[in-house]
Amino acid sequence: MYSEKFQKSIALVEAARAKNIALEPARMTAQQKTDLLAEYHPDYKQDEFELLAIGPNKGDKVPKELAATLQAHSRICPNCVDLENPDYDVDVLVIGGGGAGSSAAIEAHEAGANVMIVTKLRIGDANTMMAEGGIQAADKPNDSPAIHFVDAFGGGHFAAKRELLQKLVCDAPEAIKWLSELGVEFDKTEDGTMVTTHGGGTSRKRMHAAKDYSGAEIMRTLRDEVLNRNIPVVDFTSAIELILDENGNAAGAVLLNMETKELLVAKAKTVIIATGGAGRMHYQGFPTSNHYGATADGLVLGYRAGAKLLYAETLQYHPTGAAYPEQIFGALVTEKVRSLGAKLVNVNGEVFMHPLETRDVSAASIIRECSTRGNGVETDQGLAVWLDTPMIEAIGGEGTIEKRIPAMMRMFGKYGIDIRKEPILVYPTLHYQNGGLDITPDGMTTNVKNLFVAGEAVGGIHGKNRLMGNSLLDIIVFGRIAGKSAGAVCKNVTVGKLTLDHVAKFEKEIADAGIVTDAVSPKLLPDYTRKVNG
Amino acid sequence: MANMVNIFLFGKKYEVPDNLTIMNAMEYAGYQLVRGCGCRNGFCGACATIYRIKGDKELKACLACQTKVEDNMYIATLPFFPLVKQVYDINKVPVTETVMMQLYPEIYACIGCNACTKACTQELNVMQYIAYAQRGDFEKCAEESFDCVMCGVCSSRCPAGISHPQVAMLARRINGKYLAPDCGHLNDRVREIKDGTFNELIEALMQKPIDEMKELYNTREIEK
Repeated sequence: MYSEKFQKSIALVEAARAKNIALEPARMTAQQKTDLLAEYHPDYKQDEFELLAIGPNKGDKVPKELAATLQAHSRICPNCVDLENPDYDVDVLVIGGGGAGSSAAIEAHEAGANVMIVTKLRIGDANTMMAEGGIQAADKPNDSPAIHFVDAFGGGHFAAKRELLQKLVCDAPEAIKWLSELGVEFDKTEDGTMVTTHGGGTSRKRMHAAKDYSGAEIMRTLRDEVLNRNIPVVDFTSAIELILDENGNAAGAVLLNMETKELLVAKAKTVIIATGGAGRMHYQGFPTSNHYGATADGLVLGYRAGAKLLYAETLQYHPTGAAYPEQIFGALVTEKVRSLGAKLVNVNGEVFMHPLETRDVSAASIIRECSTRGNGVETDQGLAVWLDTPMIEAIGGEGTIEKRIPAMMRMFGKYGIDIRKEPILVYPTLHYQNGGLDITPDGMTTNVKNLFVAGEAVGGIHGKNRLMGNSLLDIIVFGRIAGKSAGAVCKNVTVGKLTLDHVAKFEKEIADAGIVTDAVSPKLLPDYTRKVNG
Repeated sequence: MANMVNIFLFGKKYEVPDNLTIMNAMEYAGYQLVRGCGCRNGFCGACATIYRIKGDKELKACLACQTKVEDNMYIATLPFFPLVKQVYDINKVPVTETVMMQLYPEIYACIGCNACTKACTQELNVMQYIAYAQRGDFEKCAEESFDCVMCGVCSSRCPAGISHPQVAMLARRINGKYLAPDCGHLNDRVREIKDGTFNELIEALMQKPIDEMKELYNTREIEK
């Protein structure tokens, strides 16, 4: 139930609903999109970025908050760590227990490697768990990997590394099959046909889902499989520096017990960074849909060890973060809500855009509606637009919402809002790190040997914007690739003497560049505590 | 403006605004969370919490990130609960109730108290899905348990020592792998890709100049 102040606008939304359902809003032209993004998308706000002063991407533009964390001090004094007596010695060290890390661990194990997962929180505390809408794969007769390629390449502003995108789209059907065979329950009709929908920017209905718990269903299945294989999972332990060997190859990591603060050393023949995204960096002050540990750790680890970043200046703001009630401010409202027919409506009850433009365009369009156009709905947290969820039941029939998006119904239901009968308020929320570490198609970084990356910590798969459903896909495809590659490579690796010289060297670069900072990184967790002592 | 209420975190009193979730209230009180906090969004089950309102006999359970504080709320988080997770090979499990008898025989000791259902933070009918598991009706068990976030509160209340979320996990994997209908178009596509059916098309895209890619993208046909 909404308070009195929203009722006037809700009445307008309701009055226009039938007309708005029938309306087929025009899609924007390429030029309109370019102009809209330049004026309203947060990635284009020049004063929110700065140039890196040190490291492999010196001179490149990244968000201010990321620059501060990339150019911060190490959490350790390099000479104080005993590298001679490692606590763990494995073939493959996977850093991160989300979908990419788990997929990688399973494949490395399958390849016969001695593999271990280390994760900052618990296995499964990851953005994968929170992915709601679905996973793309071109497996319908009217679709093909080539069409998928064009959709993703265009949606990412023609910037994706094509050899990575090729892997993504061509391995997609196999990824779905692999998940099915692990027991993931995809939505299907009685004859086994996948129930698929559109996502923003797709030209075919190729979004596979497990209700709106798609990521949770995938993640819990992968976790179960990791545990069934008895792959060691060292939880509540974060990697805080990579260890190299004397030849400059990745050879392990320094670990920190998050509770006791004990330092541990893991030696490894190969290392896979699968640390996920950066929503909890709250770039430009945005709320986020990300999990608690999404603090760009992998980018920091890789960068200090000399690995290059690609497109770190591009972030994805999901157009529909919850804007009301305040308790769920910034939480994800899945794009599937729009796939099922709900349209975006302004304070006057007017549909102001096609609901399935790509995410960057949709987010920019909502920001425009709420700023210069003055058509936003005022909430205590700021401005918002309506997402008219009752349209879904009007189009798909009664019961569609409960069957297809039960998590959304529950999330709002807890605060007395019945999304079957009432529209919801949304505003863009920080959702995804498009950029990350630069890799080759076998998952290895372009310039640090035996260092692999998978999942959201990778840059270049999607270009400068990612389509819905291509992230769940990339964690599986590139998680598996990294696991297989590392599992094969480790057989021919002899690790040289371990060193943290790169950390000392980086500290010197900080000093030489005249950077004065108290900050240490990786950040590990955001600090939301009220400062009780002022 | 929010009103202030008194809450008791592990018995200790704090005054917090009444519009906060339990999780935010803990942070307002000054706790830097490490355990008991994951997705902050109702999906991961990290923040299972039990509470009692002063004067009320009933012990309630919730997710701390999804529940507002109330006045005189006595709160204890349950960041970990020792569930029993049996190890099995999904490729070799029997697809009958035998598997439950082998791996989770304690489910047959359910006394029907329904404490699990009453405690569920997702309002699932937990006892019912355990009943389906007992009978080997994995499809129904999977459906009934689908929204489970595996927080473990149900198991903390169970006099029979059942690890409900793990039972349901097994049922869902069996259902997804063996009982759900096989997908013909998926199998066809995987085979076509292996046979190289799309190689030429993809290769053409790998080489195409950006301007031509733009043209291709901007004029592509979009399925209704």
